[in-house]
Amino acid sequence: MNDMPTPASIGLSREDLPNSYIGRSVPRPNLPKLVQGRATYTDDVVLPRMLHAAFLRSPHAHARIAAIRTEAALAVPGVVRVFTGADLAKVCDPWVAVLDHLKGMKSAPQHPLPLERATWQGEAVVAVLADTRAAAEDGVAALEVDWDPLPAQTDMETALDAGTVVIHPELGDNLVFTRTATKGDVDAAFAAAHKVVEATFVTGRHTGVTLEPRSIIADYNRADGTLTVHQATQAPHMMQTVYAKHLRMEEGQVRVICKDVGGSFGIKVHVYPDEVAVAAVARILGRPVKFIADRFESFASDIHARDHRIKARMAVEADGTIIGFDVDDLTGIGPYSVYPRTSAMEGNQVVNLVGGPYDFAHYRCTTRVVLQNKAPTCQYRAVGHPIATAVTEGLMEMAARELGMDPIELRRRNMIRDDAYPFTSPPGMRFEGLSHHASLDKLLEMVPVARIRADQEAQRKRGVYRGLGFAAFIELTNPSPFMYGIGGARISAQDGCTVRMDPDGSVVASSGVTEQGQGTEAILAQIVAHGVGVPVERVKIITGDTLNTPYGGGTWACRGAGIGGEAALQSALALKAQILEVAGAMLQAAPESLDIVMGHITDRATGAERMSLHELGRIVYFRGDTLPRDLPRELVQTRHFITKEYPFAFTNGIQACWAEVDTDTGMVKLLEHWVVEDCGRVVNPLLVDEQVRGGVVQGLGGALYEHCVYDERGNLLTTTMADYLVPMSAEMPDIHVGHVETPTKESLLGAKGAGEAGTAGAPGALMNAINDALAPLGAHVLEQPFTPARILAALGRF
Amino acid sequence: MKWPALGYLRASSLDELWRALGEGAQILAGGQTLLATLAFRLSEPGTLVDITRIPELRGISVAGGVLRVGALTRHAELGRDALVARHAPLLTQAVPHIAHPAIRNRGTIGGSLAYADPAAELPACAVALDATLVLARAGGERRVKATEFFTGLLTTALEPGEIIAAVEFPLAGPSQRTVILEVARRSGDYAMTGLAAVLDLGADGRIASPRLTFFGVGEGPVLAARANAALEGRALDATAIAAAQAALDADLDPPADLHGPPAMKRHLCRVLLGRALQSFTPATEQAA
Repeated sequence: MNDMPTPASIGLSREDLPNSYIGRSVPRPNLPKLVQGRATYTDDVVLPRMLHAAFLRSPHAHARIAAIRTEAALAVPGVVRVFTGADLAKVCDPWVAVLDHLKGMKSAPQHPLPLERATWQGEAVVAVLADTRAAAEDGVAALEVDWDPLPAQTDMETALDAGTVVIHPELGDNLVFTRTATKGDVDAAFAAAHKVVEATFVTGRHTGVTLEPRSIIADYNRADGTLTVHQATQAPHMMQTVYAKHLRMEEGQVRVICKDVGGSFGIKVHVYPDEVAVAAVARILGRPVKFIADRFESFASDIHARDHRIKARMAVEADGTIIGFDVDDLTGIGPYSVYPRTSAMEGNQVVNLVGGPYDFAHYRCTTRVVLQNKAPTCQYRAVGHPIATAVTEGLMEMAARELGMDPIELRRRNMIRDDAYPFTSPPGMRFEGLSHHASLDKLLEMVPVARIRADQEAQRKRGVYRGLGFAAFIELTNPSPFMYGIGGARISAQDGCTVRMDPDGSVVASSGVTEQGQGTEAILAQIVAHGVGVPVERVKIITGDTLNTPYGGGTWACRGAGIGGEAALQSALALKAQILEVAGAMLQAAPESLDIVMGHITDRATGAERMSLHELGRIVYFRGDTLPRDLPRELVQTRHFITKEYPFAFTNGIQACWAEVDTDTGMVKLLEHWVVEDCGRVVNPLLVDEQVRGGVVQGLGGALYEHCVYDERGNLLTTTMADYLVPMSAEMPDIHVGHVETPTKESLLGAKGAGEAGTAGAPGALMNAINDALAPLGAHVLEQPFTPARILAALGRF
Repeated sequence: MKWPALGYLRASSLDELWRALGEGAQILAGGQTLLATLAFRLSEPGTLVDITRIPELRGISVAGGVLRVGALTRHAELGRDALVARHAPLLTQAVPHIAHPAIRNRGTIGGSLAYADPAAELPACAVALDATLVLARAGGERRVKATEFFTGLLTTALEPGEIIAAVEFPLAGPSQRTVILEVARRSGDYAMTGLAAVLDLGADGRIASPRLTFFGVGEGPVLAARANAALEGRALDATAIAAAQAALDADLDPPADLHGPPAMKRHLCRVLLGRALQSFTPATEQAA
């Protein structure tokens, strides 16, 4: 615990104040503009002299670029310029996506457009700039490129074999990163175990599918030497650094503006070569350049994720006590590690998180991260968590079946005790405070297990197969510099907020965290209103502008509420203290005797209104002459926050899924889904519940439908919304959400992240439900997505 | 992607249409497939000729012993039309399976049949109901049976300068039984496999004129000749269903696709066949 003030010590009466907004389901202030079509997405921004970019993308998974002929494209009406990789390399330096703390990691230099070879189908190779996007596409169609196709490395299982295609010969092999975490003596412990269950799990390569595709306008102004980038991104300050560094500018010469963003899910926190190409082109042309990815480009060039094969074993005692886990994870990440967060994180998370909810002694987990000629993979919502959870919880259900134990009882026996914290897990994760047992108890209050088991039994007699599956999980949120900063990346783990009061008593807060549709601005407004003491309608929030917000990391890894929210609370409380000092001088009262309630200075003891903030503002800003000469009157305060004690604020939870499998067609019908999660302090229950539900839906999507399918030559077969199936509302079950609140003691607010819990647990819960349904038939499925073909094959139906 | 540059012409009568159809012209009706292919630049017609204002192509009527459905009939109109529900109930049953409401509000029966997607519902229904397509051209028209109309993958008997003017369906008799079933990954998706089943069930419980037609399993609608022959004249019972399922395999030659291998599609067709015929059995009808 750091020396942060507690609610009692600063006199914050959280529950008693009329403007106590923390913990309240306040409607999102920015919702009307979103639903009325009055939001400002990057594509809504139109600048004078703006050009549009379209890219010729590689039709091959791996090919040498023998020649590029541009004459015909340049002759297309409306086409202004054509740029190749060599053209852009003159102004833009390549990047290598490795982090120092990921020992031994390697990757190849990547340019905005490749110089010699295309290494995945869909990689942008040539940029055409034109007056309109349509003309730019006409120009792309008129380009002539001579390709020398090369053999493609597409199977991660053979990526490290002798004689395989080495995608970047200068690296020596296709191994990007490997790490093994060990604890105890796995071999001896497993040899002596009562029982060992083992299985090979596969998680399908899928992607984030944001409603708004990747979008950017880069505008280099030669008059003042500045680059202004309008971009749909989660991390404006990180992008500012990237553009400055690789276009050889000062960070202060680059401004990144990020207005409304239509969904991100991690997809928009990475550096995409085509977007850097747009910035480089703008740098060369001195004109604004817009690029909006279309859906085809999204599928072929947005990051993919979760392409893993996991061989896993778990050893148990006869009484169900877990002895340990032994896991071998293999993941293919495409031809480059993605800049600057790297593509090793997902495998690394698997190593960190397997077995997460449980107390056991022996652990060995290895990840190997290898190159492939497919679209690059990187961090997508709940990075690594759904994989680790499915493996852990899949093994738990197998063990329960083998031991003849109730799967709930098996979990209860092994979960880390609620009074055991602080606790360090076998792979070295430090938990400040989790609530596995309380969450399980809460879940069992919500899930009518006895009724469900009776129904399951009755339905089986009718040939209807239903299953109930559980998945407990931990989730890593509120990351410290231990995630990226110590690896050398300029990705900020701290975040700041500036809160000011204007003359009319309204409050404006600018924050370094960002909004992508999840409601970040809504919770910031609640926190600031709560902290200062004004109605939430009186608070305006500014995010997404490197020139006008305190330096921060943005919104990812579930840090918006926990980090950005705490900075907002601390700055709001500081502003409140400043306002009360001024008010005390005006009212000739001790500041401690005053309070601010719903925009009025009140007497703390009696609650009597003494003065409105509007009146206070009038005097401070227009009649400062009437105030004591030395009175500080800066009605603006900035605070920054960073976690100090723990590298991450872990959250926990447990899910249950009730599903029916049609054993003739292999179709899975989702009947009902339950989640209990503990994200610490809940700032806005409505938003947290919807985050959980949205996360569950994305998790179920990856487990049932979503799949980036490549053929053996590296051709992407799922390039439209008709082939790449996202979960739709008609197929989704009712999702019940319950909460246990274990606030983090690192902050006054006590909030941890809530955005990824749903995705972390849902695939494992569904897998277990399906396998519970299939158990009487002697079948099970372990390879996601759980398609009708896989289920029917498991049942031996064809 | 953006559409290529193209011309647009709206015909308000068939005469205008005949004058407009020429080199590079592409008929635009509901546009639910065509407009997507333009965005993908899979087709680059010189001119789109919009036929949606041509009155001769509209309307649903019963005359001369057939139900005539104008080519411009939107799926949503088809689904709520009383004449259709009475005389060709299979069509009414099929409409909820066609994509999503927004698409049903725009897509037309003529467009669906002309595009001839092998996984689409209406081509299969046309075959199952033994419909006749009325094909019009400058100076005349001809009639082609649905079974003859679909000639291969996305290809039809339509000749250059010819359009579908209407579809004629035989009127359903009192003993007709129909059902449409599909296995689709999500509601509104193209079927992995589908079955449009039509047969007459006599008072004696015997099957007559079965026309089981599968979709999503070949280059076009597949009228299951051997399975139908196995059912003809038999009492509808478990033995008949098993016989039809056994015969079905020789009717099918499904290609592999993203959903699975041919063997899986064959299996699903057998399942659908069983479920369809089961739904016609008296016990099922009583239970329903």
